[in-house]
Order: sequence, then structure tokens, then C-alpha cells
Amino acid sequence: MDITINKKSVQKGKEEQEVTPVFNINNLNLWYGQDHALKDIKFDIPEKQVTAIIGPSGCGKSTFIKTLNRMVEMVPIVRMSGEIIYRDKNIFDPKYGVEELRTQVGMVFQKPNPFPKSIYDNVAYGPRIHGIKNKKVLDEVVEKSLRGAAIWDEVKDRLNENAFGLSGGQQQRLCIARCLAIEPDVILMDEPTSALDPISTLKVEELVQELKKEYSIVIVTHNMQQAARISDRTAFFLNGEVVEYTDTSTLFSNPSDKRTEDYITGRFG
Amino acid sequence: MVVRENFQLQLEEMKQAIVQISKLAEEALLQSVEALRTQDLDKALQIIENDNRINVLEDEINDLAILLIAKQAPVASDLRRIIAAIKISSDIERMADFAVNIAKSTIRIGTAELIKPLEELPKMAKHAIHMLTTATKAYIDEDVALAKELADLDDYVDETYGRIIQELLELMTKNPDHLTQITQLLFVCRYIERTADHATNIAESIIFLVKGKRYGLND
Repeated sequence: MDITINKKSVQKGKEEQEVTPVFNINNLNLWYGQDHALKDIKFDIPEKQVTAIIGPSGCGKSTFIKTLNRMVEMVPIVRMSGEIIYRDKNIFDPKYGVEELRTQVGMVFQKPNPFPKSIYDNVAYGPRIHGIKNKKVLDEVVEKSLRGAAIWDEVKDRLNENAFGLSGGQQQRLCIARCLAIEPDVILMDEPTSALDPISTLKVEELVQELKKEYSIVIVTHNMQQAARISDRTAFFLNGEVVEYTDTSTLFSNPSDKRTEDYITGRFG
Repeated sequence: MVVRENFQLQLEEMKQAIVQISKLAEEALLQSVEALRTQDLDKALQIIENDNRINVLEDEINDLAILLIAKQAPVASDLRRIIAAIKISSDIERMADFAVNIAKSTIRIGTAELIKPLEELPKMAKHAIHMLTTATKAYIDEDVALAKELADLDDYVDETYGRIIQELLELMTKNPDHLTQITQLLFVCRYIERTADHATNIAESIIFLVKGKRYGLND
């Protein structure tokens, strides 16, 4: 009897959609002094999808995400080689302004970090810096951003109250709203739910699913189930290298590299 | 330190339960064919009574699998191991049901003299039971090559099945007064053929467990 692999199942597993990359990372290397933190990173980040970066502590995932908006350069001893192409432009090109890049590539951090200002002023901060003075326009931007971050209904009657009065989960969604207010193209999220309770975490996860319709999202997470739940593609980092980068369904059901398997099944890390 | 040691122990516990249910089903099948061959009605009744233990064990395996999924959030090969256990235990439970069906047919045939001594049918049954033994060994060792051999073993059962059915149908036309007995033997033949199919199902689950890909061995 011929034993042939079930073709339908194979095709399903290998189905690849045609997607436009928002970032092309080519042979990216990064050193902190003598420490080689990122080694020959090479992959594309697709547009309007959620890309998760997973890996054990110290594997370079936060360093990597901070290269995408050049925040990593704030560390004085950093050296880099290779290139990161964002929408056909090398972000390390001296002619490319870092402010322009960070307007396009927003970031949400691990701990919610609202400004010590009102809810309204937190969201209006970015647009004001970009020169929007018109109250009516600002009102619209604030409402649209707060709605986009799924927090409008909770704060619409207290926009002038201090943002510190919000719960941790609300503060994080406010920070996402603040990020949306400058209408970025990409949103980087560095462990955005690690300081949140489970319900707030699920709200942010739901929000990410909504946001990917409009934005390209890169999320660093320690929570592997979160990566499995919300991302389209996942990159597994280990010791500064990308061990495996594939669609999330494949990575979590049948990874091709033994190290990935060992990490996601909790055998090390 | 072994990370997730407790989880690994529970997966091992689930594996041992599969081995146990497999041994019980194997014994039930052996005894059912023996009861049929020797027309031992007491033995047949005993098989029907003993089946409950197998049903309970299948439920226990499923409960453990549900708990492991809920509490351990398994992924990749761990998840496949649990899914395979659920499927394999279901296949084995079904095989044990066939032993019960054969026992019931034995009771229906009763102690009246058989129209023809049973020769090929017990041989075919022995072969199907050997397939279960082989599938269990392949499961224990996660041996893909051995699992694939089940496909060839099943071909033998399918061929024998066709031959015996033909023979019984001929007997039926020549001996209309033995219709009940021959019909029951036709059923038994079918139960054994289905038993072998479930053994190949187990082989498919083993390959899925190890490789993460689906192979059709029953085609």
C-alpha cells in the first residue's frame, strides 16, 4: 500500500498569504560594548498583521523592538551594523530624521506611563507638538483615539481628571490612545500587558485584534499563550538570534526547530 | 532541574493508562474469539460484564486530558500527545465494543453445532488482535516505521474479510435453515475487520503525534 501524506493538510499548513512588508530587516547586528546582543537578524515584518517576538529573558527581543524606532540608540555604548528598511527607506540613513520615524512608529511600554496631566491632555499632547492648536480638531482627535483604544466609554465623562486616577489597565489603554493620536503606521508594544490583571490583559488583547485592521503591530511578550492568541506571525529569539520565524499556528502546533519546541513547551527558559 | 516535571509525570500517567486500556481490549478480543470458537457462553457473558471497566478507563483518560489542557495550556508535541491519547483511547474503546459484539453473537449462535468448523475467521481475528498489539508497541516507543507497517497488516485483513464473506454468502444460499448462525458469523467477520481499521487509526494518531502531519493509512 502506498502511504502518501494527506495533501489537504500539507497545503493548509504551508498556505502563505501575499503580504506587503512594513519592515525588512537585513543582517542586523547589535553590540552593547563587547556584548553581541543581536546576531544577523534577517526577516520581514508584514503590514497590518500582529508579529509577536518571544524568547527567554536576555535573548534580545526588547533590544530588537527598540531598534525599529531607533530608541536603542539612547544607550551610549550601542554599535550596529546591517540595515532596517522601513517602507523602502533605511532608517539608519543619516538623512532620515528620527522624529519622522518615531511619528510613524509609535511605542507602548511595559508599564503604563501616562503624563501627570489630564486624560485629555495626555492624548492631545502629541497632536499639539505636531502643531494642532484648533480645539475642535483636538477634540475630534482625542475622541477618535480614545475610541480606537477602547477606553472612550470609560473616560468620556472625566476627560479633565488626572490620568493617574485611572486603573492600570485603563492607563495602558490611554497610552495606546496617546500613541494612536499621532496616527502612526506601526505600533511597537514591549510587554504591554505584563503589569496588568487578567481582565485588563484580555481587553488589551482584544484591542490589538481591532488595531491590526489599521496598523501593523509588533509585540514583545513573555506570555506565550498571548502570542499564540493574538499574533499572526511569531519570531522565536534565543541568544540574540532568530531561531524560527513563521506563522503563529505552525510555530505553536508543530515548530520545526527543537529549541523552539523545548522553549514553548516549557522545557527550558 | 526538570522544568514542568509534574506535567511530564501526568503525561506519562496518561500514556500508561492507554497501555492499560489497550491490554484490557486485547484480552477482551482474544477471549471473545475463543468464546466463539469453543461456543463458551459463560465466557461470552463475562466479556460483556467486563466491558464496563474499559469504558470507565476511557472516561478517566479523557478527564485527565481535559484537565491537562485546562491547567497546563499544552502546545506543540505536548498538545499532540494529549490529542492522540484522546483519539487512541476512543479507538481502543470501540475495539473493546467489538469484543462485546462478538460475545453477543456467540450467545445468539448458542450451542448448536456450527455449520462449518471455524478456521480462517479465528486466524483473521488473531491477525487483527496482533495489529492492536503492534499499534500499542508503536505508541509506547513512538515508532513511526512500526506504525506505518499497520497499513500493510490491514490489507491482509481486508483481503481475508472479502474471502470469508463470499464463502459465508455461498453457505447461506445452500443452507437457508442456518440463516441465523451464518448471519451472526457475517457480523463477527465485520467486527473483526472494523477492529483492524481502528488499529490503523491508532497508527495514524501515532504518526500525527510524532511528526505533526496527517497520514491516511485506511485509504
